[in-house]
Amino acid sequence: MNAPEVNFAYLDERTKRMIRRAILKAVAIPGYQVPFGSREMPLPYGWGTGGIQVTASVIGPQETLKVIDQGSDDTVNAVNIRRFFERTAGVNTTTRTHEASLIQTRHRIPEKPLVEGQIIVYQVPVPEPMQRLEPRETETRTLHGLAEYGLMHVKLYEDIARYGHIATTYDYPVLVNHRYIMSPSPIPKFDNPKMHMNPALQLFGAGREKRIYAVPPYTAVESLAFEDHPFEIQQWQAACAQCGATDSFLDEVIIDDAGARMHVCSDSDYCQTRQDEKEQA
Amino acid sequence: MYVAVKGGETAILNSYKLLAEQRRGDTAHAELTIDQIRQQLKLSVDRVMTEGSVYDPELAALAIKQASGDLVEAIFLLRAYRATLPRLGNTRALDTTRMQLDRRISATFKDLPGGQVLGPTYDYTQRLLDFSLLANAQEGLEQTAIPAALVPLAALPSVPRVVDLLNQEGLIERTERSDHDPAPRDLTREPLRFPADRATRLQNIARGDEGFLLAMAYSTQRGYSHTHPFVGEVRLGQVAVEMEPEELGFAISIGEIEITECEMVNQFAGSKTEPPQFTRGYGLAFGQSERKAMAMSLVDRALRAEELGEPMESPAQMQEFVLSHSDSLEASGFVQHLKLPHYVDFQSELELVRKMRARLANPDEAPL
Repeated sequence: MNAPEVNFAYLDERTKRMIRRAILKAVAIPGYQVPFGSREMPLPYGWGTGGIQVTASVIGPQETLKVIDQGSDDTVNAVNIRRFFERTAGVNTTTRTHEASLIQTRHRIPEKPLVEGQIIVYQVPVPEPMQRLEPRETETRTLHGLAEYGLMHVKLYEDIARYGHIATTYDYPVLVNHRYIMSPSPIPKFDNPKMHMNPALQLFGAGREKRIYAVPPYTAVESLAFEDHPFEIQQWQAACAQCGATDSFLDEVIIDDAGARMHVCSDSDYCQTRQDEKEQA
Repeated sequence: MYVAVKGGETAILNSYKLLAEQRRGDTAHAELTIDQIRQQLKLSVDRVMTEGSVYDPELAALAIKQASGDLVEAIFLLRAYRATLPRLGNTRALDTTRMQLDRRISATFKDLPGGQVLGPTYDYTQRLLDFSLLANAQEGLEQTAIPAALVPLAALPSVPRVVDLLNQEGLIERTERSDHDPAPRDLTREPLRFPADRATRLQNIARGDEGFLLAMAYSTQRGYSHTHPFVGEVRLGQVAVEMEPEELGFAISIGEIEITECEMVNQFAGSKTEPPQFTRGYGLAFGQSERKAMAMSLVDRALRAEELGEPMESPAQMQEFVLSHSDSLEASGFVQHLKLPHYVDFQSELELVRKMRARLANPDEAPL
C-alpha cells in the first residue's frame, strides 16, 4: 500500500464526514455513545480500528501524531498504527508528548499533562460500561436514557461487601459531566484523575462496537465511589529503576530466571525525558 | 540487564518477509495462479465472496492466495478492500424465479414442475479419499462427460419457487413484497441497532460466519427452540442482476451472478392472532454455498420468534446474541486482540490480587 493508492489517511471523504458528524454529536453530549457506521479497516477489529477511524477523520497534513500502546511508542501495535498513518497520510510523527498535536492511545494517558489544542484519541474495546452486567444493548440504552445507574453502584457495593474495597483496577467507570456513566477505556484507574477537567479534547473510538464518544476540554470526569469508600489510585513501594520516578505508573519487569523484578515507567517518553534531563544536569 | 522493548518496526518488517516465504512454500513447486484457485477451489471462492460481501471471483481468489488459504483472513482482506468503494447505485430485487437452474431439490414435494435436479453436489458422494487425484489424473473427466439431456431446466424460461407453486391451500405463509416495502438499511454504512427488522437481520446473517450460523442452526435442531424445519427448496443457478438508472427509467441487466437460495418451511402451531400454518425461513448466498444458505434459513426462522409470539428461550432466538456475534471479522479480531500487550492492565490486576491475598493472610488488619 503506497500513499497514491489510497485517499489521505485511508478513509474516503464521505466516510470521514460521517465520522466527523458523529464526533460533533459526541462532543455536544459528553459521555454519550454515538452509533456510527464503522468501516472494515485494514487492521483487525479489537486492534484499534475505532481509534484509527477517529484519528483518520480528524487528522490534517499539518498534524504531528504520537501513537502509544501501554504507554509506550515502541510496542508492535503502536509501531504498526504509526506506520499506517505515515504511509497513508504522510504526517509527521513524534514520540514526545508535548510535540504531538494528536495522540492515539491504547490503555494509557501520558504522564505529562496535556494542554489546550491537543487531541487524545482512545482505542476502546467495550464502550458500554455496563455490558458485563447487562449484555443487552436495548436495556443499557434505556438505563443511560433514564440515568438509572443502580446496577453499577450495586456492583461496586458488592465488591466492597466481599473484598473490603472496589475490585476494579482498570476500565474503572466514570461519570462524565454529572450525567453519563462512561468507560474510560481500559486505562489503569491510576490515569482516571487525568481525565478530569483536562484541557485537551478526548475522543473515544470503538470500531467493532461501532460507537464514538467524547469528553470535551474542561469537563468534569468523576470516578465512581462512595463517601465512606473514596476513589483511590494505585501506589507503588518502588521507584522507576531507570529514571527514579515515583509519580508514574510502573510496570513490573522480570529480569532473571529466579523471578527477580524491577519497576520501570510504562510511559516510555516520560521515562526517557527524565533520563535525558538527568544526563544534562 | 533490562533492555527497553524496542525494535518493533524491524520485527514487523521481518515478519512480513517470513510470511511471504511461508506463503510461497517450496519454490521447487510451481506458484499457484489466481485462475487455478478460481477454477479449482470454487467453493472456497464462493464462501469468501458471500461473507466478504463482494461478488468478484477474481478478487476472492486473490484474497485466498494472499491469505495462504485461511478463508476468514481472505474474507477480512476482501471486506477491507470493499469498505472504501463508492456506491454507484442500487440494483432491483433479484427475481430468483427467473434463475437458470443448475440444481434444485425439494424435500417436501416428491415431484415438481421441472423435476428434482441433483446437479453438482457432494451429497451422494461416498467420502472415500480418491487417490487417483494424487496423480493429477485427467482421465476421470473424459469418462464422465455429461449428456446434454441431463440439463432440462436450463431451457425453462421461468421456474417459480416450489413453495409458492404448491401453496394453493394457503397453508404456508405468503410473503408478498408490498409496493411500499422500504429500502433495506445498508449494514456496511449504518451500525446495527436493536431491535433489528427482518431485512436487516437477513443482511447480517448473510455476511455472518458460516461456522457460527451452522452451530446456531444446529442448536435449533437439538431442542433449543425447535422449529420443525423442512427444506421447501434449495436451488442453485445463475440469476440476472438488474439496475434501473434514473435517467433511463427502465431496468437494464448488468450481468449474472451465481447464487444458492434456500426456502425452509417450518411448522407453526398458531398464536392468538395467527391460525396454525407453515412459516418460512430464508437463506441466500453467493455461488454454491448450501450449508451456509440452509443454516441461514434456520437461523432466520428462529429469529422470528418474537414476531410470531413464540416463547423466547434459546440463544438462536435472541437477536442481540446472534447478530452481535455472527461476524467473523469482529469475532476473530477481538478474540485475537488478546495477543496484544496488556502489561498495564495485568500490572493493575497483579496489585489487586496481592492486596487481596495480603488481607487474607492478615485477617485482623482493618478493612481497607
